[in-house]
This record gives sequence, structure tokens and C-alpha cells, in this order.
Amino acid sequence: MFESLGEKLQGIFKNLKRKGKLKEQDVDSVLREVRLALLEADVNLKVVKDFTKQVKEKAVGQEIWNSLTPAQLIIKIVKDQLTELMGSANSKLTFAPQPPTILMLIGLQGSGKTTTVAKLSNYLKKQGRNPLMVAADVYRPAAIHQLQVLGEQLKIPVFSMGDKQDPVNVCSGAVKKAVGLGCDVIIIDSAGRLHIDEDLMEELKNIKLKVRPHEILLVVDSMIGQESVNVAKTFEDQVGIDGVILTKMDGDARGGAALSVKAVTGKPIKFVGIGEKTDALEPFYPERIASRILGMGDVLSLIEKAEAAFDVEKVEELEKKIKSQSFNLEDFLVHLQQVKNMGPLDQLVGMIPGISNIVGSSDIKVDEKQFKRIEAMIYSMTPEERRTPEIIRSSRKMRIARGSGNSVSDVNKLLKQFKEVRKMLKHVSQIEKVVKKKGKSKFKLFN
Amino acid sequence: MFKFFKGDNWFTKIKDGLLKTRENLTARVKSLFSMRKKIDEELWEELEEVLICSDMGVHTSNMIIEDLKKKARELKIKEPEQLVEHLKERIKECFSNRELGLFTAENKPTIYLMVGVNGSGKTTTIGKLARRLKNSGNKVIIAAGDTFRAAAIEQLDVWAQRVGVEIIKNKQGSDPASVCFDAIQASKARGADYLIIDTAGRLQTKYNLMNELKKIGKIISREVSDAPHETLLVLDATTGQNSLSQAKLFNDTVSLTGIVLTKLDGTAKGGMIVAIENELGVPVKLVGVGETMEDLQDFDPQAFTDALFSA
Repeated sequence: MFESLGEKLQGIFKNLKRKGKLKEQDVDSVLREVRLALLEADVNLKVVKDFTKQVKEKAVGQEIWNSLTPAQLIIKIVKDQLTELMGSANSKLTFAPQPPTILMLIGLQGSGKTTTVAKLSNYLKKQGRNPLMVAADVYRPAAIHQLQVLGEQLKIPVFSMGDKQDPVNVCSGAVKKAVGLGCDVIIIDSAGRLHIDEDLMEELKNIKLKVRPHEILLVVDSMIGQESVNVAKTFEDQVGIDGVILTKMDGDARGGAALSVKAVTGKPIKFVGIGEKTDALEPFYPERIASRILGMGDVLSLIEKAEAAFDVEKVEELEKKIKSQSFNLEDFLVHLQQVKNMGPLDQLVGMIPGISNIVGSSDIKVDEKQFKRIEAMIYSMTPEERRTPEIIRSSRKMRIARGSGNSVSDVNKLLKQFKEVRKMLKHVSQIEKVVKKKGKSKFKLFN
Repeated sequence: MFKFFKGDNWFTKIKDGLLKTRENLTARVKSLFSMRKKIDEELWEELEEVLICSDMGVHTSNMIIEDLKKKARELKIKEPEQLVEHLKERIKECFSNRELGLFTAENKPTIYLMVGVNGSGKTTTIGKLARRLKNSGNKVIIAAGDTFRAAAIEQLDVWAQRVGVEIIKNKQGSDPASVCFDAIQASKARGADYLIIDTAGRLQTKYNLMNELKKIGKIISREVSDAPHETLLVLDATTGQNSLSQAKLFNDTVSLTGIVLTKLDGTAKGGMIVAIENELGVPVKLVGVGETMEDLQDFDPQAFTDALFSA
């Protein structure tokens, strides 16, 4: 029931695999399924209709290249079109030539504004800016306190005038204060509101008139349904927005809202919220989300994360070891720690292409505690044992088990796993050699 | 026709609240059926679109349409307009038969556990529910089981003061299961009629957080054998097809007894209620149709469908 859009599309395209030519009726039958798949992903109906029409125009009469099967060709067209619809480049924040730059976050209740204000401030702080968070949600109980707690955690100042003041005054007060505090970016946390609430929409207009934010960002819950279009359109028409932040993308929502919102407002999605922690905010890359929707996995994101977290020297050393086949438990430990640095494991696993085919997207469960146990066992070994695991026999096993608070069978399991990993790595390095000999590798979606 | 409603107030509210749904469903269904001269593939396709646009989902929409097609064949219906009544009946069938309102245990305290994803409106719903129970003469205690989110405890505290009920809480970052334990002991000791437990918002795919929830459920049923008496998934009415995933995975973890549909006023498409009841059989028990305390109401499927189709 909950298969992803990508799984769905792959299922459809499997049926096309053996057909040699791309005909109009093939395209039609595929597009009927694409349409349903997109609708199930909560893409708005009107957007879906435009989308399938565009794909059809491009697909029918398209010459089939020798290098691509018809199925690959359609995937390519669908993906390109998705990417185009969501904006073809990564859209950055614009900063005022004369600081402070004023950003305001708006949106429905519960879309994640306050958390996102903290994440965005943290993100900008890491880039060397001095943000000031402004508590302009005077309605929700403890909203101000929430921002203050987050501010304390992140060591970022919070401006508040309590919950008795008009939000317009709070915002203009913050602007006056910012310069004195040495802050160059002001981020306003506005109260959540329904887009049909005229009084509260009026309030946003008044804040806008008073402080003239350089960017107004609409915060949208990635789980939102068909209503996304009305929400985005109303906020755009009434207040005017400059961009969108998509939240809660770490769940299993298929992200159809990304497509819809972009299509109706024409405004770029600038950031994506991907977790509960204050650093779980990423720039939005249309191409990656498009391939994620298509189930190709977010390969690029994975690579980038890996690059940032992996210590290049250690990795090179590891590679050398793998090739010389002297990979031991010490290296295994280094490897584990590198992987851990990359972030929550279930997030990483979810990004691996094709993984959702194997386990089903909602079944990806990684027990991080297991990692700690493995670490404990390796730490309980002598350096000699780590370098030559073969010498670990029964009495050593018992000592390691006791020392790490595990059972002997756990130690056995670890040793067995390690052997398998080593075997696998050997295999990989052999493949690599072959590939290098041939000069280039061909990437194939289907074989 | 609306004898299930206790007052005009509630009816007007849900009717206003459903205005959008109604515009999307009633008006569109009506124009669809009256504009068309005959029943053909095109009509079915357009009906499918109308249903999908109300967030009913592809699966449930198709199911309803297939049944409607069968009906049309069996009864030899030729006029599209005659289909309206059958469609209404078919949608009603999606809702399971159930008692209205929430279950109250024979022995005090009756325990309600509120779960849901981040930002669905758990804390606000608890405030409204506590007010409602207190106003009908009950002693109510609420437990601040969201120990994760910054200021979640303070937020519930504000509600406790507004409503005038006792709150059991611990520090941010403390073990939520132990807060539940304390709250149950306190409820027993003080003879509370109801205990409502707040939990941290969590996405249904987060394995560790769902395990934490399981543990909370275990503690509750260990302390009071038939509790929690209601485990309610708080669901934002603007949610699309992900609501099915939420209902399914939360149900797998803590066996839901019902759903509270929040923010139904104005933004609601409402169709996902039909999908959830149809595909998972989890009943919607309460709906939030506005900002004030009184806007949390029992959900009545009969009245809901009638309101959906009333002109």
C-alpha cells in the first residue's frame, strides 16, 4: 500500500522493458500510471495533469537512442521534467547589501516554523553570520519560551517582548535592537495561521509593511495533501512569498507538495528539514529530490555527506588496505566510526538507491545500539587481536565478551560478520580492477 | 436530519468547517452529474478526480467508483443524476459502526494516550479535551509526556492553568515512561476520573521513537490492566496520503482505538477520513473544528456524510 512513487514507476517500466520501440500507446499507458502514482504522492491534480501532458509531448516522437532502452528514455524524460518543474537550480537566500537582512517565516500551525527558525539560524551562524531570532508568535502557549530554549542551546540571541505585545511592534522592536547587538540577520518566527483566517493574514501584511523583510519564506509540511496548492496560493496572493521551506522530509512522505507548491507559486524551494535536531536542515536540490521521488535514491546527497564526514586520508589508507587485503578489525573500527559521523543511519540507508525495493521504504530500521556493542567488543581486544583476528580462540573470546558486556555468541557473530565484510571488500576491489582495465564503466538502470 | 447533533452551534461549525470540502465534493459532484448527459468512461474518470482532490486517495476512490459502476449496471441507471444518492450511500458504508464519543472505564482512572507526528496538534487537543471533561464534572489530570521538544512541557502547563486541572511533569529530557508512571500513581492516589497523557511528536518511520512509545504503552497497561482506554492518533486534516502511513504504523506500535482529526476548519479536504476508515478500519472519534475550547467535538459519520452532501 505504501510503496514509493519510485517503486511504482519502476514496476510500470518493468512491463515496458522488452518492447523495442516507444509508441504513443505505450506512452499513454505509462502516463496513466505515472498520473496515479503522482496523485498518490499528494501532487495536486492540476499539477499532475500539466505534468503528464508535458511529458507526453516530449516523449511521443522522441527518437530512441541506441544507448537507452525505451523505459530508460521515459524515466529520463519524467525525471528531467520533474527537475524542471521544481526549478532547475539550487536557490540561495538573498542578503541585503546593507545589513541587517530580515527573513520572516510564515505558514500553517504545526508546519514547523519555530523549529525551522532555529535550524535556519544555526545554519547561518555556521556560515559566519550573526543571527537574531524574533519571537513574534504571541498566541501559541509557550511558543516564545520554545524559541528561547532553542536560542540558549544554540547560543543565538532571541528577541521577545512577551506575549502581550502586537507582533508588528515585536518585529519593529527587533529590527531596532539588532544593530546594537551586532546581528546581521533577523529571523522572524510568526504565529501559525490558517490561510483562510483573514485577521491573521492581515497581521502578516502589517508586519511586512512595517519591517519590509528581504525574504518571506513559507514553511510547508511535506505531508500536506491536495490542499497544498490553496495554502501556497493564498499566502502568495495575500502576503507574497520569496521561497519555500519543506519540513519533515525525514519521514516517509513522498514529497508531492514540493512539486505542487513550486508549480502554483513559481517560487523556489530553498531548504528542506530532515530531522528533529537543530542541524537537520539542507539546501534544496531539485534534481536530487526528483530522483528521490523516482526511487533512484538520493545518490548525490549521500556522496556529499560522505565526503564531508570522511577523513580523506583515512579513507585512502583504508582503500590501500582493502586492496592489499590486509584489512583488519582496527580498520573495521575506523570504518564504523566514519560511517557514524555521516549522521543517523536510517537516513543514510534510505538514500541508497534501490534499497526501498529490497526492504520497503518504511521497513528501514537500523539499530544504532548495535554499533556501540560492536565498538565495545573491538575496544575489549588487545591490539594484537585487532590486527590478527584469527588468533581469537575460546578463552580470548570469553575475555572479550566479559570485557565488553556481551556474550560469546555476540563475539562470534562479530567475527563472522567481519570475515564476510573482508570477503566482500576483496570482491569489490577485484571488480574495481576489472572496471579500470576496461577503461570506463557503464551505468545501467536495467540489465 | 441532523438529530445527532446536540446543538446548532456544532452543526454550524462543522458545516462551516466543511465548507471547503463541500465546495470540492458536493458542488463538483453535482455539477459533474448534472452537466453530463450519459454515464460513460469520461464521467467515471472525472468522478475519480473529484474524489482524489478531496484527499480520498487513489485506492479508496477507485474502490468506490468500481462499486458505483456495478450498482449502475445492476439497477440499469441511465441518468447521471441518479448516481448522487448511491455515491452518498457508498461513502457512508466506508465508516464502521461505532459508539459515538470516547470510552470511559468502569474503574477510575480512565486513561487516554495521545500520539501523533510533530505539529499535528496533540497538546492543543489535550487542552480542549481536558476542558470538556472537567466541565462535565470530572477530576482530570494531564501528564506532560513530551519531554523532548523545547518548551512542550511549558505549553501544556499553560493549558493546565487555563483549564484548571492538575499537571504531572518532569524536566525536559527526562524519561517519558517514568512521567507516565508518576502520573498514573498520582491519578490513583488523588482519585482522578481521567488521565490524559501527552507524548512527543514523532514521525512514524522513526524506529527508536516508536519503540519509546511502545514502552510507554507497556508501562500504562502494566499499571492499569485495561489501559490505555483510548489510544488516539492526532492527525492534521490537511495531511494527504501520508495519513494512511501514519495510521498504519502508529496502529502497529500502540494499537490505536481512534483518530482525532484536527484543524478541520477551513482547510479540510476531509476525504482522507474516508480512506483511513475504509482501508484501516480505525474510526475517527473527535474532530477539531476551530480555535476555541469548545471546538473539539465528537465525530458522527452519519452527520458528516449528510453535511458533506447537504446543499
